[in-house]
Amino acid sequence: MYELKGVTKTYRKGDARITALQDVDLTIAEGEFLAVQGPTGQGKTTLLQLLGGLDRPSSGSLLFEDRDLATMREGQLTEVRSRSFGFVFQTFNLIPTLTAQENVETALVPLGMPASKRRERARGSLAEVGLAERAAHLPLELSGGEQQRVAIARALVRNPNVILADEPTGNLDEGTRDEIIGLLERLWADRGQTLVIVTHDSRIAGRAQRTAWIREGRLSVRESAEPAVTR
Amino acid sequence: MFFTYVARELRRRRRQAFVVALGLALGVGLVVTVSAMSAGVRTAQAKVLKSLYGVGTDVTVTQAAGAGSGGPARFGLNAPNDARQGKRFSRDDILESPGLGTIPATRASTVASLSGVRSAAGGLSLISIHAEGKFPDFGQNQQGTGSARASTPATQPSIAPIKVTSYSITGLDVTNTAVGPLSGARITSGRYFASTETNAKVAVLDSSYAKQHKLSVGSTLSIDGTKFTVIGIATLPTGGEPSNVYIPLARAQKLAGESGKVNRIYVKATSASNIASVKAEIQKVLPKATVTTADDLASQVTGSLSSAASLSRNLGTWLGIAALIAAFAVASLLTMSAVSRRVRELGTLKALGWRSRRVVGQVMGEAVAQGILGGILGIGIGVGGAVLISKVAPSLTATVGAAATGTPVTGAAVPGVGPQGPLGQALASASHTIRVPLTAPLSFGLFALAIGLALAGGLLAGSLGGWRAARLRPAEALRRVD
Repeated sequence: MYELKGVTKTYRKGDARITALQDVDLTIAEGEFLAVQGPTGQGKTTLLQLLGGLDRPSSGSLLFEDRDLATMREGQLTEVRSRSFGFVFQTFNLIPTLTAQENVETALVPLGMPASKRRERARGSLAEVGLAERAAHLPLELSGGEQQRVAIARALVRNPNVILADEPTGNLDEGTRDEIIGLLERLWADRGQTLVIVTHDSRIAGRAQRTAWIREGRLSVRESAEPAVTR
Repeated sequence: MFFTYVARELRRRRRQAFVVALGLALGVGLVVTVSAMSAGVRTAQAKVLKSLYGVGTDVTVTQAAGAGSGGPARFGLNAPNDARQGKRFSRDDILESPGLGTIPATRASTVASLSGVRSAAGGLSLISIHAEGKFPDFGQNQQGTGSARASTPATQPSIAPIKVTSYSITGLDVTNTAVGPLSGARITSGRYFASTETNAKVAVLDSSYAKQHKLSVGSTLSIDGTKFTVIGIATLPTGGEPSNVYIPLARAQKLAGESGKVNRIYVKATSASNIASVKAEIQKVLPKATVTTADDLASQVTGSLSSAASLSRNLGTWLGIAALIAAFAVASLLTMSAVSRRVRELGTLKALGWRSRRVVGQVMGEAVAQGILGGILGIGIGVGGAVLISKVAPSLTATVGAAATGTPVTGAAVPGVGPQGPLGQALASASHTIRVPLTAPLSFGLFALAIGLALAGGLLAGSLGGWRAARLRPAEALRRVD
């Protein structure tokens, strides 16, 4: 599904040039559950953003389903994002003025779907994460775990090929963390989508099939001895 | 989704949205008020000009009196012979309007044939001075008339009271109703001249003059010995035309002894945009003539109307523009700052695959909604301002200087002909002071302007906010808040 070769990403911060990723080679198979682990500020989120077409590498190639995201124009990247990726963010990133249902619908807006169909699919997705009865609530009226479940419903609603989760449990307490990870694992097992989770938490990383370890922008991959969830 | 999102977002930051809408409303309201006041001032000016001109007259042509003509009007009241001393007399003197030279009546046809001229008609403005009383008595007829008179010294003539009245007469082309001094008048009683009455002894009177002299349709009016039958009473627009009596042109020419002459040509152009070119054409064929358009006349209007016109044109316009610029600037800055505060939200939408134009559209939609709200509030403020002006503003006065229409008669040698006398007043009537109420009329066009301006403000603010939103790269937007 993914094939990264010699991917380097550098940023300019004032006069300084920061290398977030250096010469990364990585292959991710379709349907794989990959954890990307590493200390804070070492390039995990940058890698996830490159995988999700939110940014382009400074050099190297990043093939997704045989198309190089590194050379795509902004409009093409937007198109790929709207059809192929579902994002789950650490801070949930829900639109505060829209209800849970409407937040899920925002992911369907780029697909140009009729409103009635959009509503129906959003309701279905919310039911899948166990929040059907909370559909009319605003984010502020939901707990952190519920907000993240809405975000997961939003990521799943258009049935993407890849779910990209950036520290999905970073803002949650321990009990809720297990609930969210459990939900993601269940959905991954049921749906057969590729799941990439960025985390600094070894316990979560240990549940994945493989873990990519990033330190100072360099990446190394190791197979999990015994993944917690299997298909 | 679009409207729900716009409405919810505006409700979330309702205080800021209200400030933006109120800012736009104040700017727009000021523009509406000033525009309504300007329209009111224009209406007042048009009323004044109509009263001076007659409706439908776009241009008047006059010719200054030549050197040696139109000089001082003189009245000799000495008795023609000794036998008439001390006897009663009554006489009429017909003068041409001072300062106006005559023009051959055929020139009206010349002007009528010019391109851009719809119609042209000649007119002859006259002043009739009627004097009655007794001739001064220098004593010859006082012999043996009684003891009471014997005490009067023989060398001192007895000054009998002399009554002098004057009124203005306009001879007009009865075959042309489209243009002329009465074209804007309303016949309140009787009828207008028939086109066949070119030489008839008939007259139409100005309603105030008729009322003052208790004349009505069917009455007889004697002008310099000729009896005219009153066939109609006319009411002229506000302010009144100088003429008290209107008679057929040929009759006026006979009275003045100016056969085939006129001293004014009234011209109507085919359209308002042609007036300047018509003026130039007339000046070509009548190089000595004074050609006056409504604009020329407007520039001669002085008084508070003129001050109000200049106030609304200068201060009002600039104040309106300044308020609009301030409102647009505040709206733009607040919208851009709102976008800055929503970096994560808008970045998330882009990450979800929303195209830039959809995100920009959302920001624009919010700004335009604020603009519409501002426009509606602005109409309210503008209507309030206009109503206040109409209720509170004092009447305006407009004065058109005598220099524009005539020169004072000098050398008057009889009582009552000085500046305060009836003749002086008749002549001074060429210099009008008219009171016109200042209104600020509102129109659909003004409401459209208000909404248009507020929308423009909203679109400008939305464009700037949208531009900022379009430049957001999702990765950077998400990184900046992480």
